[in-house]
Amino acid sequence: MKKKALALLLVALFVVSLCACGGGQANTATLNVYNWGEYIDLDTLDEFTARTGIKVNYTTYASNEEMYSKIVSGAASYDVIIPSEYMISKMIEEDLLAELDFGNIPNYQYIGEEYKGLDYDPDNKYSVPYTWGTVVIVYNTKYVDEEDVADESLELLWNEKYAGKILMFDNPRDAFALAHSRLGHSMNTTDPAEWEAAAEQLIEQKPLVQAYVMDQVFDKIIGEEAWIAPYYAGDAMSIMDDNEDIAAYVPVEGANRFFDSMCVLKSSRHKEEAEAFINFMCDTEIAEINAEEVCYAIPQVESFKLLPEEMREDTMVYPPEEVLEKCEVFINLPPETLDLQSRLWIKLKTTY
Amino acid sequence: MSKGVTVGNKKANLFPFSSWMVLFVLVPIALVVYYAFTDVNGFTLSNLKWIVTYRNTLWLSIELALIATVICVLLAYPIAYSMSRASARVQRNATLFIMLPMWMNFLVRTYAWMTLLEDNGLINSALRAIFGMEFPGLHLINNHGAIVLGMVYNYLPYMILPIYTSLTKIGQSLIEAARDLGANGSQVFGRVILPMSVPGIISGITMVFIPSISTFIISKILGGGKDFLIGDLIEDYFLGNSGVVNYNIGAALSLVIMVMILAATFIMNHFDKDAQTSGGGVI
Repeated sequence: MKKKALALLLVALFVVSLCACGGGQANTATLNVYNWGEYIDLDTLDEFTARTGIKVNYTTYASNEEMYSKIVSGAASYDVIIPSEYMISKMIEEDLLAELDFGNIPNYQYIGEEYKGLDYDPDNKYSVPYTWGTVVIVYNTKYVDEEDVADESLELLWNEKYAGKILMFDNPRDAFALAHSRLGHSMNTTDPAEWEAAAEQLIEQKPLVQAYVMDQVFDKIIGEEAWIAPYYAGDAMSIMDDNEDIAAYVPVEGANRFFDSMCVLKSSRHKEEAEAFINFMCDTEIAEINAEEVCYAIPQVESFKLLPEEMREDTMVYPPEEVLEKCEVFINLPPETLDLQSRLWIKLKTTY
Repeated sequence: MSKGVTVGNKKANLFPFSSWMVLFVLVPIALVVYYAFTDVNGFTLSNLKWIVTYRNTLWLSIELALIATVICVLLAYPIAYSMSRASARVQRNATLFIMLPMWMNFLVRTYAWMTLLEDNGLINSALRAIFGMEFPGLHLINNHGAIVLGMVYNYLPYMILPIYTSLTKIGQSLIEAARDLGANGSQVFGRVILPMSVPGIISGITMVFIPSISTFIISKILGGGKDFLIGDLIEDYFLGNSGVVNYNIGAALSLVIMVMILAATFIMNHFDKDAQTSGGGVI
């Protein structure tokens, strides 16, 4: 009898806890923020709660695609997300993003004019830029010969001398962009033949690749397990802070330039709180703290002025105009190209 | 269950079990079947043809899972055998030690191997320190060998424990009888102990092979994300990391794996019945 009572109690507890998770609490809002890994100073979240009383449930993803599939599957509900530009245009097209009420985001005035009205959100309706940057090639000066990096080329990623010491993006959009650049294609090409050719490049490179990784780049490059990796400029800066033998360059063939912007999902039940969060992130002081932590370039003009000089003048974080001219911003690919990209990526991973 | 239970109550007592089965086994399987046989246009069989496209991936998964299973049997049998012959106290402690790693999270355990196997990892560093030389050719990670190692390490307890259980069930009197009838050591083992432990071995094989063939995290962590196993492929279709989410193809691939495993289990259960009728408990 006692056992039965205990079992019932356990079942009841289980059910109650399920309901608690599903229902959420009514009085104090909890904001679900979904961001890239290693992409914020976590103390600022506590500061946000201290200022507004709104709690933040913070989770991270490793790629735009991961974030997207989690959201369309409906497996979890998020309020604020920080995708890259091509994903934002895709999500605008699919009507997943809410139009922002900029009356709730007065700090939007600090965003530099050159970061407004960009192609992915031409009318500034859905997004507020958080950071931007380019893809760079990171390498370890202890192991990589000077002559191999003298030309600052993508060829380093295909250099057989460093077989087994090269890391590669574990997401198709970034990986294919490198192959397209090597071949002189646009990263946004929709020509199937060019995609097939790029896939050949990646398959050719596969035997040289130690591993396909995302955030693990940090550990592997800092620990010198791998010597060469393409990665995002801000993260490259963080890596260079932790290991002084690491250097990086924007490849001469050109690189992807990305804008990661804060958006609110249409399904969000806390839109005002979400806008308060975005406004908080644009606060001059907070944006400066985050910029120092994540090392990416920021669009907030006032915060930029507060940054330490070496950061403001770092040409990797804020590349000169002639470098930026070679860079290309992703646009959302049409479905048939995405399909082809998916098939070719799986082909790469199933070529044994 | 207690003695005084009537038939009506028995049904009620089954309620937790049957509701669990319906909610967490039948409904998910029904969903997999539904997705596998549909696409945006309704009913279709075309999702299943992808298993032909990805046959190399399937073979690789079967191959690695088989190798891991064979290694597990070869490692687990002597361990289980010596355990079953030891004193009660040693048996208790040994069981505890085998279970001990399972108190830790699976992911953490697998990541720990990364630290051991890397070029700059503990094993290579120790070798360099001991022999005072470089071992440039010694790459222990990001290859198929490391994936098999991950499978063996993670699933070995599931092989040891059922074999151990079946071995402890063999009565000492049976072995003595065999001896009295003139069997020598190897005959006792080959004709009494081994056949009687077959149910344990089969149970262990099922419990190692199934998680091995469907793993995706071991291949990602220890294989460097280079070669997809069938589990990685299914994960990719469901999560859309390659740019396209397709539950239908993912479900079709899962269904094929499920049917294969079911068929294999069925065949093995038959084999089991032929060999022995007592104990073992194949899942």
